[in-house]
Formats: sequence, structure tokens, C-alpha cells
Amino acid sequence: MDLKPETLEKIDKLIPRYPQKRSATLPLLHIIQEEKGYLSKESVEWIAEKLEIQPIQVWEVVTFYPMYRREPIGKVHVKVCRTLSCALVGAYKTCEKLEQALNCKRGETSEDGKFTIEFVECIADCGYGPVVQVDDKLYEKVTPDGKADELIEKLKRIAEGEDVDSDTSGERSPAFMG
Amino acid sequence: MAIKERRIIYKHVDEDGYSNDIDCYLKNGGYEVLKKAVQAKPEDLRQEVLNSGLRGRGGAGFPTGMKWKFLDFKSGKPIYLVCNADESEPGTYKDRQLIYQDPHQLIEGMMISAFAIGAKQAFIYVRGEFVNGARILEAAIEEARAKNFLGEDILGSGYSCDLLVHRGAGAYICGEETGLIESLEGKRGYPRIKPPYFPAALGLYMCPTIVNNVETLCQVKHVIDMGGEEFAKIGIKGDSGTHIWGVSGHVKNPGYYEIEAGSATFGDLLHDLCGGPLDGRQFKALIPGGSSTKILRWGETFKVKHPNDGEEYEWTVEDIPLDAVSIGLCGTFLGTGGSIVMDDSTDMLEALANLNAFYAHESCGQCTPCREGSLWLNKVSTRMTSGLGREEDVPLLKDIADQVAGRTICAHGEAVAWPVQSAVPKFQDEYLDKIKKQANGDRYNPEGFPLI
Repeated sequence: MDLKPETLEKIDKLIPRYPQKRSATLPLLHIIQEEKGYLSKESVEWIAEKLEIQPIQVWEVVTFYPMYRREPIGKVHVKVCRTLSCALVGAYKTCEKLEQALNCKRGETSEDGKFTIEFVECIADCGYGPVVQVDDKLYEKVTPDGKADELIEKLKRIAEGEDVDSDTSGERSPAFMG
Repeated sequence: MAIKERRIIYKHVDEDGYSNDIDCYLKNGGYEVLKKAVQAKPEDLRQEVLNSGLRGRGGAGFPTGMKWKFLDFKSGKPIYLVCNADESEPGTYKDRQLIYQDPHQLIEGMMISAFAIGAKQAFIYVRGEFVNGARILEAAIEEARAKNFLGEDILGSGYSCDLLVHRGAGAYICGEETGLIESLEGKRGYPRIKPPYFPAALGLYMCPTIVNNVETLCQVKHVIDMGGEEFAKIGIKGDSGTHIWGVSGHVKNPGYYEIEAGSATFGDLLHDLCGGPLDGRQFKALIPGGSSTKILRWGETFKVKHPNDGEEYEWTVEDIPLDAVSIGLCGTFLGTGGSIVMDDSTDMLEALANLNAFYAHESCGQCTPCREGSLWLNKVSTRMTSGLGREEDVPLLKDIADQVAGRTICAHGEAVAWPVQSAVPKFQDEYLDKIKKQANGDRYNPEGFPLI
């Protein structure tokens, strides 16, 4: 399989840090999904061989954990928290608003391939709801009024490849909280 | 009563100018306790933790020193320490602040604990969604390694222990300690049956393992710093130290507050620190310590006899002191301290349906009562909220929940059942009223946000 040399190096350094090779299954899936965008049959078989386990032992992990995906997603990955604390302050309305503005239903990818919206379970930032995780940034208090509109504008800019809120310094900045 | 925070482990959280790098930590007296600890005897450190009365902060509240005492030291197998940083109980966001803002406090607490139990390798199992959190921890570990606070021959003590960050991938069940261990072994997060698989004897790779929550491990640092007996003086008998209350939902100032156990009440917390209800609203219900803990309703009272002073009390929700003993007397739990507040704009059936959807999504599927029961509860309550509710659905919800609790490998069965078992008797009048109104084509409680 075709992996960047730095990814390979990262993998080869990581595996021996675990007392047993199989433990590296989750991190390897993360690393490869990050590079390839999703987990293909080829990736799963490659990991199995690398860790000297059967492909089914990797598949059962891929299919169990919500964060692993077997298909490519949109350019911008939008996860809206659905669980009670966020719902109480408007998460369902926020999600609806994003769906309409981005022309993309929850659980799906928009036709232009720009956005994937997921309505996910609690992401542990309950006092600052509704929270929306955009790739590896976390946006807080995205209430269905003006705050959701602000985020929609940012999401469109991110989809155009613009660098938005990537500074990790600053109190509670989206990149820091991500 | 004037409520005051007592910040011990949150001392530097949100402090102006405090950063999460090692220089800042060292400037504030960081790693001094570890230096002291590695000169001590491990069994003495364990005794301090036992004396402190510290209870685990991950939700179950099991005494930490006791957990450590159960460790099988004679097996000859390596011992592992695992930090549970999965923080996945809805309503809970206390460990996040420690991981992001003060990671070295966690690392110091972990290395003291690892030394005390003789662990050869330690892990931090952090939830997959904390992407930057995992990066912060990894950077902090490398900083600590460069200064010899972890790794080989720590501070010249002859003791070595490495620390590795392991990211989960979005499964709530991996917060259950044996599910977490399976996940760390590279498998599905299927909890193990106990007995025989108590982690202290047969944990990670079937070796003796201690799994402790982030906050617990941070507390250990302060236990060793001040000594077990001194620490036990903070709080009340049966619940020592401070608790972090993470309040969310319908209050003016949601947020996290560190409060000495038993020093204030829910009323103090919600009115004085959280600013009270939103304008024009009244409090209606409270889930005190994470979504699995049993719900409390404004208007109910609790007649209790307190074991510490033998006195009898009659408490409303707002009178309940913020400690595990008092909250336990009211039929619920302190849990993780993640309090979810609901005001009178809340449709309580929708709130229940929201939680049922969560537990149905998160059941791992091993045990039939939980797998099927959580799905049924979700289907029934979702149907009830979509205008197709029948009166007989109300006892049906309770009936299903009663058949899940106590019949599963892990406590997810209780987590599925408790919200339903506690909410149905307390709010069934509202459910029935809603069912009637919906049958007439009216929307119930139109002022609140939809919850399902």
C-alpha cells in the first residue's frame, strides 16, 4: 500500500511501544484514515499483515467504533452534538439549519462533495452547547440563531480551502478545543 | 449560605497567563510531589491513598485506595496503570479542562500512582474526539521525558515507567473499565464479565491492572502532597476532597465549579454560581451526575437520616448537600458531577427519548437484555414523542427498563434502565397529558427546543 514515508515511520515507531502488537490496531486505523480519508479493504489487510493478525480482527474493530469509516466523506466533516445537554439549548435546530444551508442531510455527504454532516453523541463539552466539531476544531455555543449563521459562513470558506480559525492559541479557540 | 469554590485540582484552570507547557508547570511548583514520592516506599504511598478516603471520580465512586489494595502483587506478571480519559458520560466535561489546560498535573499524578503500584507501563486512554487533547498530552509526555519525570530510571530512583497515549474511536462503552481494556488490546470494546475478570487481577493482557479516572489521578498528587489524613479532613466522612461540578442545560452561567464535598447545596450551586434559571423560567428537573444517574424533580422532598450525624432531615432538591453520601440518601448518585438542568420549557418525554436514543446507540450488543431493551426503549419513546403515543406505553417503558437492569455483564444495563425507572414515576402525569394533547393535534410545550 502507498503511504507517505513519514506515516510509515510513525507507524514503525509506534508499534513497538505497545507490549503486544495487536494493541496498535486502533491507532493504526486512525493514522491511515487520516491519510487516506477512509478505510479500504486494502488498508485493513495491510494493517492485519503489519500486526500479524487476521483481517477479520481489524474489520471487527472498524465496524464497531463510530469514528472509523469505510467510505470517503466530504471535504469538510461537520459533527453536531445531539445529546441532551446540547439538545436543551438548541442542537436539533442548529443541525437542521446546517443541513439546509449546506444542502446536506445528516448522515450524508452533499452532492458537491464539500460537506458531510453527522449528528453525533456527546463530545464532552456540555456547558458550552450546542457544540459542533468541524474536522479537528470545536465550535462552542452554536445556537440556532446568529451563531449558526456565522459558522455556516466559516464552513463555506473552509470548503474553499481557506484557513479558518487554525490558531491553537487563545482562550477556548476552536483549534485549541478540538 | 455563601458558596465558595475550593480549587485544588482546578487551581490553574482558566488562570490568566497559565499555559499547558512544562515550564509553566514547574514555575508553579510542578513535579515536586513526584520528587518526594519516588523517595518513599510504594506501600506507604498506597497507605496514604487508602487513608485519604479518596473515592474514584469516574462515576462509580469506588474508594481508590481499596481498588489499589485488590491489586495482585504476587502474580509475577507486569502491572499496568491505565488512565481513563474517555470522558463519555453525557453531561460530563470536567476531565477535558485538565487534559487541555493542565496535562502535567495528570502526568505527575499518574507517575506517582504508577510508582505506588509498581506499574511498568502506563497508558492514557483518551476519547477519539479529543484530537488536540491527545496532541497536548503527547507533547507534555515528551517534555516530561526530557526532564526524566518519566521513562528510564525516573529521577535517579531506579524505577522506570513509560507512558503512552491511546486514542479511542467514539464508543461510549470504552469508558467502562473492562471495555476500555479490550479496546486497548486492539479489540471491540466488549466489557468482560466479573468475576473472574477483575482488572486488579486479570486486566490488560490478563495482567494486574489499575484503571483510574483523570480527576482521580490528579487528586492522588494532592493526597501524597498533603498526606492522606490531611486530605481526609477536606469534605465529609465518607466523601473526602473536592468535586468538580460541570453544570449544563438551562442555567444562566453553565460551567465547571470545584467545591469541597458537602460544603454547599445544589441550590447554592445552581443559584449562586450558575446564576439561577433563565429569565422568566423555573427549574423543573435535574440529572445530578451524568446522564445515567437518576433524575430529581423540583417539588419532591426527601426524608433522610444522615449516617454522619444521626440527624433526620427533610430536603428539597435544592437543599441536598453536594457530597456522595447525601446525594445517595436521595436515591440517586453523585456520579461524575455532570449536572444537567432542565427548566419548565422542557418536554420531559422528549428529554427521556433523547437519552434512550443515546443508550440504544451505545449498547455494545453483547447482552440481549441491554441490546434489545435499549432499542425497544428508544423505539417506544421516539414513537411516543412523534404523536403516536398510547397511554399503555408509559408503564411499558418502565416494564422494559425493569428487565434490563441487573441482567447484563456491565453497568450499561443500569445506565439504560435508571433514567427510565426514575423518570417514569416522577413525570408520568406529564407524559399522559402530552399523549392526550398530541392526540388532539396540539404540540406539547412549544416554548422549549425539540429534544428528539
